[in-house]
Order: sequence, then C-alpha cells, then structure tokens
Amino acid sequence: MTAPTVAHPAELGRARLRKEDARLITGQTNWTDNIVLPGLLHMAFLRSPHAHARITSVNVSAARQLPGVIAAYSGADFADEQGSLPCAWPVTPDIVIPAHPPMAVDEVRYVGEAVAVVVARNRYEAADAIEAIEVDYEPLPPVLDIRTALDEDSPKVHEAGNKSFEWVFGNGDIDAAFSGAPVVVERTYRQQRLIPSAMEPRAVVAASTGDEVTLWSSTQIPHVLRVMLALVTGIPEQNIRVIAPDVGGGFGSKLQVTAEEVLAVLITRKLGRPVKWTESRSEGNMTTHHGRDQWQRIRIAADSDGRIRGLDVDLLADMGAYLMLVTPGIPLLGAFMFNGIYKMDALAFKCTGVFTTKMPTDAYRGAGRPEATFAIERTIDELAVELGLEPLELRARNWIAHEEFPYTTIAGLTYDSGNYEAATAKAKELFRYDELRQEQAERNARNDPVRLGIGISTFTEMCGLAPSRVLGSLSYGAGGWESASIRMLPTGKVEVVTGSSAHGQGHETAWSQIVADQLGVPFEDIRVLHGDTQVSPKGMDTYGSRSLAVGGMALVGACDKVIEKARVIAAGMIEASADDLEWTAGRFSVRGDPEKAVTIGEIALAAFAAHNLPEGVEPSLDSDHTYDPDNFSFPHGTHLCATEIDTETGMVTIRSYVAVDDVGKVVNPLIVEGQVHGGIAQGIAQALYEEGVYDDAGNLVTTTLADYLVPSAADLPSYVTSRTESPSDNRLGVKGVGEAGTIASTPAVVNAIIDALRPLGVSDVIMPCTPERVWRAIQSAQQSGATS
Amino acid sequence: MIPSKFDYVRPSSLDEAVRALADAGDDAKVIAGGQSLLPLLRLRLANPELLVDVGGIDELRGVTDEGDSLLIGARTTHYQLVHDPLIAEHCGLIAETAETVADPAVRHRGTFGGSLAHGDPAGDLPAVALALDATLIARGPGGDREIPAADFFVDYLTTALEPAEVLTGIRVPKLPGWGYRYEKFHRTAQAWATVGVAALVQRSNGQVANARIGLTNMGPVPVRATAAEDAATGAQASRDSLRAAASRAGEGTEPPADLHGAPDYRRHLARVLTGRALAAAAGV
Repeated sequence: MTAPTVAHPAELGRARLRKEDARLITGQTNWTDNIVLPGLLHMAFLRSPHAHARITSVNVSAARQLPGVIAAYSGADFADEQGSLPCAWPVTPDIVIPAHPPMAVDEVRYVGEAVAVVVARNRYEAADAIEAIEVDYEPLPPVLDIRTALDEDSPKVHEAGNKSFEWVFGNGDIDAAFSGAPVVVERTYRQQRLIPSAMEPRAVVAASTGDEVTLWSSTQIPHVLRVMLALVTGIPEQNIRVIAPDVGGGFGSKLQVTAEEVLAVLITRKLGRPVKWTESRSEGNMTTHHGRDQWQRIRIAADSDGRIRGLDVDLLADMGAYLMLVTPGIPLLGAFMFNGIYKMDALAFKCTGVFTTKMPTDAYRGAGRPEATFAIERTIDELAVELGLEPLELRARNWIAHEEFPYTTIAGLTYDSGNYEAATAKAKELFRYDELRQEQAERNARNDPVRLGIGISTFTEMCGLAPSRVLGSLSYGAGGWESASIRMLPTGKVEVVTGSSAHGQGHETAWSQIVADQLGVPFEDIRVLHGDTQVSPKGMDTYGSRSLAVGGMALVGACDKVIEKARVIAAGMIEASADDLEWTAGRFSVRGDPEKAVTIGEIALAAFAAHNLPEGVEPSLDSDHTYDPDNFSFPHGTHLCATEIDTETGMVTIRSYVAVDDVGKVVNPLIVEGQVHGGIAQGIAQALYEEGVYDDAGNLVTTTLADYLVPSAADLPSYVTSRTESPSDNRLGVKGVGEAGTIASTPAVVNAIIDALRPLGVSDVIMPCTPERVWRAIQSAQQSGATS
Repeated sequence: MIPSKFDYVRPSSLDEAVRALADAGDDAKVIAGGQSLLPLLRLRLANPELLVDVGGIDELRGVTDEGDSLLIGARTTHYQLVHDPLIAEHCGLIAETAETVADPAVRHRGTFGGSLAHGDPAGDLPAVALALDATLIARGPGGDREIPAADFFVDYLTTALEPAEVLTGIRVPKLPGWGYRYEKFHRTAQAWATVGVAALVQRSNGQVANARIGLTNMGPVPVRATAAEDAATGAQASRDSLRAAASRAGEGTEPPADLHGAPDYRRHLARVLTGRALAAAAGV
C-alpha cells in the first residue's frame, strides 16, 4: 500500500487569516437577530424609570387592545413560574443573595429593571404598546454611593440591608510587615463603572415544539445557560436546547443568565409561538450587566531600599441591585493578583460587596484582575516617588527573578513560568525609554505647557480558568474543565466539536491549526463545531481567557485518543505490530520501512467500513476528551506608554505605546495581535474615556454612545507590539491572551499621566482622566502650591 | 431603529415640499441627511406624523458663485463642503470645519442646511455661519425669505424657520485676504464639540483690522464672542495680544453643564481656544 504524504507546513505559530472573517465582517451570518421562524412574534419590555420604587399597580389591558398585540404581561402574571435569576458564586457561607425575579413584581431596584412585557406581531407594534401600559410607583430613596451605603442611616436596597458579603484572605504576618516599616504608602483608587459595549447587542429567539424548547441567544455560555434555565424554570434539562449562533462580542457581558432569556422561554411555551427580542443600544447600556465599580484602599509597606514587606487591600465593590451569575466572585478574582509580579512577606485582602440601586455588575474583560493590576502598578509608582527610586528600578528590586520560577506567590498561586527581565528590556528598547526620559527632563526644565509623561505597567494575570478543585475551594458553582471531540469522517476530513463557545475569538481557525498539527491533516479539511448544546453537548464555555489553555488542551487530548485508536487499526491494515509503527505527519509507517504506511484518512475509511477491524476495536474513528487543568496560566508583559498633556486644556494624547507580551507559545500570531490591540484599546478606554454615570436620582446618564464614549480607531495610537516567550507548563505551552491587553494598559496610561503632571504637584487623577479632570487637578495643585 | 409611526413623502420640487409642510401643520419635519433627526426619532424624542424628505430636490444642491458671495445649497453634504473648489477658494473656514464633523459616514449624508436647521448649538457649522454673517434663505408658502444668521438661531434646537418653511440655501460672503481657523475641542473624534471656536481675522499692517468669532456649544444657541472681537480689533497681530483679547471670550456666554464639562471649564476652554484660533487665523 502506498500512502501519499500529507504535506502541510507546521500550523502552530502560523499567521493565518481567520476562517470566520468573511461571514463575520460582512454580517452575512446567523446572528440571533437574523433568525426568522414561521409565526415569529416580537417582545418589548417596559422598564422602570425609577431607581427604587414600590410597584402599586401595573395595568396592561390597554396595551392588549392595540393592533398587532398578542399578549401583554406584568411581573405579577409570572410571579409563580419565573423563579429567580441565579447567582452561581456564593462566596461566603453567610452571603446575602436576594431574590431576583426576571420581571419585578413588588419593587424595582434600578432604572431599566423590567416591569412588563408586550408580545406583538412586529417590533414597532410591540414598542408602541409598551407606551400604553400604566404603572403606578411609590418612589423609594435610591442608594447610589457604596461609601455611604453601609451607614446606619442609609436607605436599604433590600430588607436584609446593603451588605452582601465580606470576604477576607491573607497570608504572612501583615502586622509584622507594617509595624516598624520604614516606608508606608497608602492610596485610594476608584475603579469606575464601565458598560461593556459588544458590537452585537443582546438578542434572543425562543421556540417550543412539543416538550422541547430551543433558545437561541447571543451568549458566551450556551452550556451553563442550559443548566441554569433548567434550574430557574423547572423545565427538565433534557428538554432544553441552547444555541449560541455567531455572537458579535461579549467581553464578559454575555457570561450571564438574563431576565430576557428566561422570559423568552416562558413566553414561547405559554403562547406556542416563537418569540424574539433584540435590545437597542440604549436598552443595553441600561440593562446589560456593568463592570468594575470599586473603591480600593491599598497600603504598601517597604524597607528603605525599596524591598516590599507587605500589602494591605480593602475593597468596596458595587454589586448593583442584585447578584447575577458571578457578580460577587468578580472582585475576588483580583484578590490573588494585587501582589502582581512582586515578592513580599505578607498580604491582607478584604472585600465588602455592597448593594446599590444600580444595574448589577459582573464579569467585564479582565474581571477583577484589571482592578488589582491597576492598584498595584499605580501604587508601585507612588512608592518609587516616596523612595526616590526610578520606577523600573523599584520593580526590578521586587519582581520574581527569571531563575526563581516556578514561584509560589504570597497569594498562594504558583506562577509556572515568566521572564520579567526579558520583557522589560525589550520594551525599554522599543520604547526608547532613556531618550524619552531625557526629553521629559528637558521639557520639565523649560516649563513646557505640553508635558511628557512615561507610564509603566509590568503586569501579570491569572487566566485559563481553571482547575476545578480550586474553583470548588472558592465556592464557585461549577468546574473549570473543557471538552473536545474529534470525529474522523470517512472521506478523511475532520469534525472537531468543542465546548468552548467563541464569540469573536477565532476558535474555528486556531482550533483547526492545532488539530491540523496533531493529526497531520490539512487545515482546510477541518471543521470546528460549537455553540449548540445538541451538537456540542458538554462544555464550560468561553470567558476568563480559558479557551486555548483549557479547551485547546482538551483538543490535544482528543487527538491523542484518535491517534491511539488509529494505531491499532493501522497495525491491522499494514499487518504489522502496533509497537513497530511510527506516527509522523498524519500517517503510520513501519519503523525502518517508511513505504509501508497508511494515512489517517485511510484509517478513518477503514474504521467507517469496519470490514476488517482488529479484534475488540469498535467501528468509527473518533474520540471524546475532557481536560481539567492543574493550574492557572500566567501571561505577563511590560507595557510602556508615553502621554503628552496639554496643561492649558487638560487634553491627554498618547504619543507612543509599546506592549511586550508573554503569552507563552502562540498558535496564530495574527489572532494574538488582534487580542492585544483590542485589549489595549479597552484598557485605554477605561483610563481616558468610558464611565457609566448615574445622576443623583439614580438615572443612568450614559444611555447612548454620544454620552458613553467608546474610543474609535481615530482616537487610539498605533501600538508597537512584541513578544517574549516563556512556555507554560501545559503541552502546548500556551497561556491565553483574551484579557492581557486590558489588564496591562489602564495603569500604563494613568501612570504616564501622573508622571507628566507630578512636577506640577498632581499625584492622582480619578478615572476616566477626562480633560476636565486633568485640568482641574492641575488647577487645584497649583492653588494649593500657591498657598502652601 | 423603532420610531413611532409616521408618514413619509419625497417631493421632487421645492414648492411641493412647502405645500406638504403647509398641509401638515405643526406635525411635519423636513428630513435631508437625517443625521440629526434620526437619532431623535430612534429615541422617540421626536414623534412627527409626517417626514418630508427633500433628498429628491436637486435645486437644493451645489455651490454657486454670485460675485461677492457664494450661495451654498442647503442639501450640500459635509463631504461636498470639504471638497468643493469654490468653497476651498473663497470660504475655507467652512471646508475646514466640515471636515471635523463626526465621521466619514456622517459627512457623506449630513448636510449644511440640515445642520443649521436643526439648531443644535453643539453642531459645528452654526457657529461658522454666525461668524461669517451668513444669510439663510428659506422658501415658504409666501415665497423666499432671507434671514441673517444672527437672527436665525432662536433657542436650543429652535430656529426662525416657520413650520412650513424649507431652508434652501446659505449665502456666505467671500472674505478675500482673511485668515481663518476652527478650533474644535472634543474628547473623541466622533464626539460633538465640548467647545468650538470659529475665528476669522483680517490683518492690516501688523494689526488686526477685523475679527469675528463664533462659539460652538457655549449656550443654548451659537454665539459671537463680541467682547473678544472688540478687544482683538486694532490689537497687534501677536500671540500675546491675541491671547489677551481671547481672555474675554467667555463673557456673556451660558455654557451647558454635562459629562464633558462644567460651565467654568467650558469658559476656560473658550478663552484658550479663542486665543489659539485667533493666532492661527492671524498667521502668528
């Protein structure tokens, strides 16, 4: 038998354009809102105009009379069956988790909370009918500031009070670290509320046939959602199918089980007709979960040579009005990251989760780690000033040295690999660090009205969520494994089924590259299936930069199993001993006789026909594998940012930005580059532009993109990106890159702003550093300088 | 976009459009590029019963040389303002300003006339029309009417146009030898101006012979910075003296308070930007 050699270059590390691009970029695809079913009806929600109010009556009868209206319901109509939206992360035994009805029944607790729904033949009729619903509210006082929400005399969001939980964590002797420390620096930082702005708004379609109900949703988590829908609605899990078709971005905002999803399922079952709902951008700004929103008090103790002794962190985290899927866990994901890349003797951490009458917060790109990284990287700069040390020098005195890996940090995590020296050296060179420092000194000396600042962020993060046993120890409601299946088709082509649920990450491309290398089949011969619980029945979905480090490794395991089985079949085909077979580039050949060989495609056909399989071998060449990681992975890098600040107007301009990232081995450099670019943009957005603002009555002010400023390409600099490569411990050597840019960039930008303004007496500007805030900081520093 | 229900007509002549508006009374709105009206419809902040689309009326387009002035059709898009050779030669301030409006998609659809008729003080072109002492020409049931820019902007989103009038054109004087500058301060490229300053300067023998300054987003309507104009007129054409004149740019303004700036910050910006705009317009 002659076997044609499958010729293909190594896929790992190859910069391929994405298989998904054509359909995603043109929109010629199955976005949820593009789905049309026979008899489809449209839902529209009436939402609370009050931050906090008792509902005294809801009258939907006028709406029911309008043309095209099929049904209209108040929250009370669903009170018995709608259940409570789930929180899967009860972080402490005594955490307060208030009931969270998908539609409010007695009380509304944030502007935008659903109070009634109309189902009509089209969206226009549904929207018109919403205006005919009469609701009487008895306003209650709003609760808007987490710094005063725990005061005795504060109005209460829920009867049980405004505290949800207090979570403490620590290691080392924190009192010893601080007592007698030559230098202690204390700062308070604000992580403003952010509104995730995925390109595709949330959308759902639900349809029921017999016992089965199918939900299409623009979600990151079809598998988790299916389980949760069963638990919330009581519909048997086996009768629920969830499909995440192509999803246009999420950034964590679609890691959720939403009121609209639950109600769509209940309503389609009630009416026996399919229903659709797609949010408007303004509706999304109000009611798609928000991110961040913390006050951070951070104290650092150091010796006079700069050696860090300890870190003490006290967080107030705004939960919003309810706990959603992982709301309380988000700030805790940062708990292990406040120490960053630094060695120290002690760490103390406390987080208090506080209720307010605002949209609940939950995962948003980075989820806890950007907040922590910002606090430590800002504080390190402050400590450097206090000590009179160059900020990079202070970092180098404290970071984990290259030869110390693997290193168990004060937070108890074991960083498997990294090289902070290499990343920093490369970044300094690309940035022309010393030249810029020189220019900065010259401009300061001549009192240039346009100041130059240099910002540093030597970050790390934990991703690849996560070892199931660790999640269990943190009271998380599920595991952190991922699943993959390989199906060799009779024609030699390959179907890959993944439990990861891509929503813009390019898994179809990257997964094809991994499988192409593992199985030795051409990239083009592989199709990746995902996002449908009937097609991909097992999975933990996509968030926390986990898909490659966990889902990618599941693929490798599934490929191993296919190769193992193929070896036995090949031995029968070649009539050789399985032990004598060599596996190279998609074929088995007899050691020492390379002409005697069969390809994986030929083996697949033989397994399909099953005419002559060895004893005990089941027909069909396929495999299932689940992978549970032993550890998180720890991308790191050094980001350097130069800002120019017009001190007359307060305008900040980013002059240059260098990002050197270490994400381990890279599968597709183009995808990695894209993630880094987008991540940096989102981090810059937090530093300079974005803030979800509520007014004193609890109305969201930033309901449109005219008020909630998402920067565009025109507002962002050209980045200089580069990489170092410290492979992680898994077999692919990969770490994850989905959030690194976001985590790294915010402190780099704000450090640069403060570095520029420090000679003028400014030591902090609250985020986002708007021109007005920068200008006022300069004004007030000059005034206090004049009076002191 | 899920607006309230409305009727829609697309007349092919100006007189037809005026008739449609007159028949509809107060419940009709003119739509051209839709860049200001559609967001209001989307948010259901405007609920007109009839939209009169003037997009099919060709006489509203284009730029005509009238000798001492240019007549710019109301439907001329921002993109056309940026690229029209007559405007480039005789009224560069309009082209320079139009180029700062929003993004390319908006500039291809949005129109000069629409931007003025919408009467948004945060729009860029109203302050420019004011600084140029432009004349706005409207057609109503009784025929054409000329409205000086100074009388056109009545209040926030309110102009001197009657419900049945259509803005047809804008007459702008050629200002040979004048320098100009539009200084726009905004947080992102697509954002409206926090503050904008349109400055026109005529120099003579090292001095400012004439200065005109229009301010964007410094009140419910675009305003002239008359105190700064007076201070600049006759001043040395130097940065220091123009900066001194600009220090009066906030006088008499009533800037709004919003997420992008409090009134005192906007007045400060108006002073700084006016200084810069005057200096650039004076070529110093």
